[in-house]
Amino acid sequence: MKGSVISVLVVLAVLDRLAGGLEHRSYDYTKYHTMDEIGFKSTTPKKAVWMDCGIHAREWIAPAFCQHFVKEILGSYKTDSNVNMLFKNLDFYITPVLNMDGYIYSWRDKTTRLWRKSRSPGTGNCTCFGTDLNRNFYANWGMVGISRDCCSDIYNGPTALSEPEAKAVTDFLGAHQNEVLCYLTIHSYGQLILIPYGHPNISAPNYEELMEVGLAAAKAIKAVHGTSYKVGTAPDILYANSGTSRDFARLIGIPYSFTFELRDKGNYGFILPEDQIQPACEEAYQGAMSIVNYVHDKNFKSAATTATL
Amino acid sequence: MASTGDLEPTHYPARRAAQVALHYLNTHHGSPFRVFGLQQVHKASAEDVAAGGRKYKLDFSVTDWGSGSAGPALRCSADVLFPRTERHSAPEVQLHCEALHQINSTAQEEDAFYQKYISPDSTVSARDIPDSFGNMSEEMQPFWRLARVAASFIMLRESSENTEFNMAKVASVTQQESSEEQLMLEFVVLLHDFPSQEIVQWKLLASWSPDRGVRVLQTEWQPRCPHATKPPN
Repeated sequence: MKGSVISVLVVLAVLDRLAGGLEHRSYDYTKYHTMDEIGFKSTTPKKAVWMDCGIHAREWIAPAFCQHFVKEILGSYKTDSNVNMLFKNLDFYITPVLNMDGYIYSWRDKTTRLWRKSRSPGTGNCTCFGTDLNRNFYANWGMVGISRDCCSDIYNGPTALSEPEAKAVTDFLGAHQNEVLCYLTIHSYGQLILIPYGHPNISAPNYEELMEVGLAAAKAIKAVHGTSYKVGTAPDILYANSGTSRDFARLIGIPYSFTFELRDKGNYGFILPEDQIQPACEEAYQGAMSIVNYVHDKNFKSAATTATL
Repeated sequence: MASTGDLEPTHYPARRAAQVALHYLNTHHGSPFRVFGLQQVHKASAEDVAAGGRKYKLDFSVTDWGSGSAGPALRCSADVLFPRTERHSAPEVQLHCEALHQINSTAQEEDAFYQKYISPDSTVSARDIPDSFGNMSEEMQPFWRLARVAASFIMLRESSENTEFNMAKVASVTQQESSEEQLMLEFVVLLHDFPSQEIVQWKLLASWSPDRGVRVLQTEWQPRCPHATKPPN
């Protein structure tokens, strides 16, 4: 597992080196291409689970959750037979802070805490910064739930994939299309599990199954601390949108694609108090694992897979 | 994409209408020690009305955020009318909640709070409640709740079927000179709207006393960026 522990450190080291504080530095987002995975080496082909956190800068509980998730799986794979089995058959690709520029900016001072978008400078006549990364993907781009006003918090960018962050994820998922079974993207707030698609007139072919899996995850979440999560498509339970990473993942054929909107429901919103971080992460972990286990069991009928540490 | 008749309680149209009813409830029954939040919508329906507009009928439960998940849920019913006018006008709400007067009284805390801050020497002033890490001192909590209640007046007024407001944070609170035995507080609040994901800033002047409750005397939209000049509606 040495390789896997190092892989986490690689991701964190990359983030650390790039946290120079200068905006829209030409971060080498191709590092995502060479991202290491968390899992056991195997002689048989493995499948993968992708999880990203922090597409939106102000949703601080999301990067906290990714770190919690990584800590949990790395801390339990030796003793927890379930996690051990997952590591045999699955690789986990996890990006704790997808929107690095935005996240760093949201830490700058109290006036920047509620920033959402990327920090790319406006193009053309635009004097505002940033594109909503979760409207910038090539998935019904520009069709609904966006704004063409570049100062808007749901500005979808001058063009699809104008943002290097969105392009990096797109390229990675494209290159690993046949491996990735499950795409999880973590946001806040709302206590929701959203399934594709964001466009009200389009249904995923496995909508029923996605609803079932989502509802099972919500049940697993509730069992931890009693927190209620609602499940449905974005146009049903939140609002219509387009150009989202979740939709892109489903569109290229990744069958299980979910958005998590973590705590709370609007009391503190984005600025979740410290004493809620741990419980929010604990419950979301069970929700995520519920989905991962379902996806795993569906694809790996027997546990007998050749694997080496 | 509006449907008439029964609405799915977990879907957003019912929830947005219920949130409007919540804002109304808080303007009438909110206090430094009481803010209500939506627990669940049980049933909902909507119909277009003859005068132009859409009326929602809701059956839902609320909880007092102060008591957390331990607190009892109150059952409420409401009619929420969203007018359809050229220029935006505020929704109209009729609301009834069971057992409102039976919930634990906060009269003692309210009186103590009032006595402490009505004194002429009191000049409370604070910024960023909560701070970026969600921290809020115990002393500031009643002021946060007051801001949330006062902000409900604005959120209620600004709501439509295409908005869903929550208060993101209190940018500042500055106590003004008391008037007519009312605590006078100037707040700058940041509101979050879900569909647009925008953060909208408002300055407001509110009064409060245990007897009269919260009143909002002045509101003023604040531009976020120096070059922005027009308010959202």
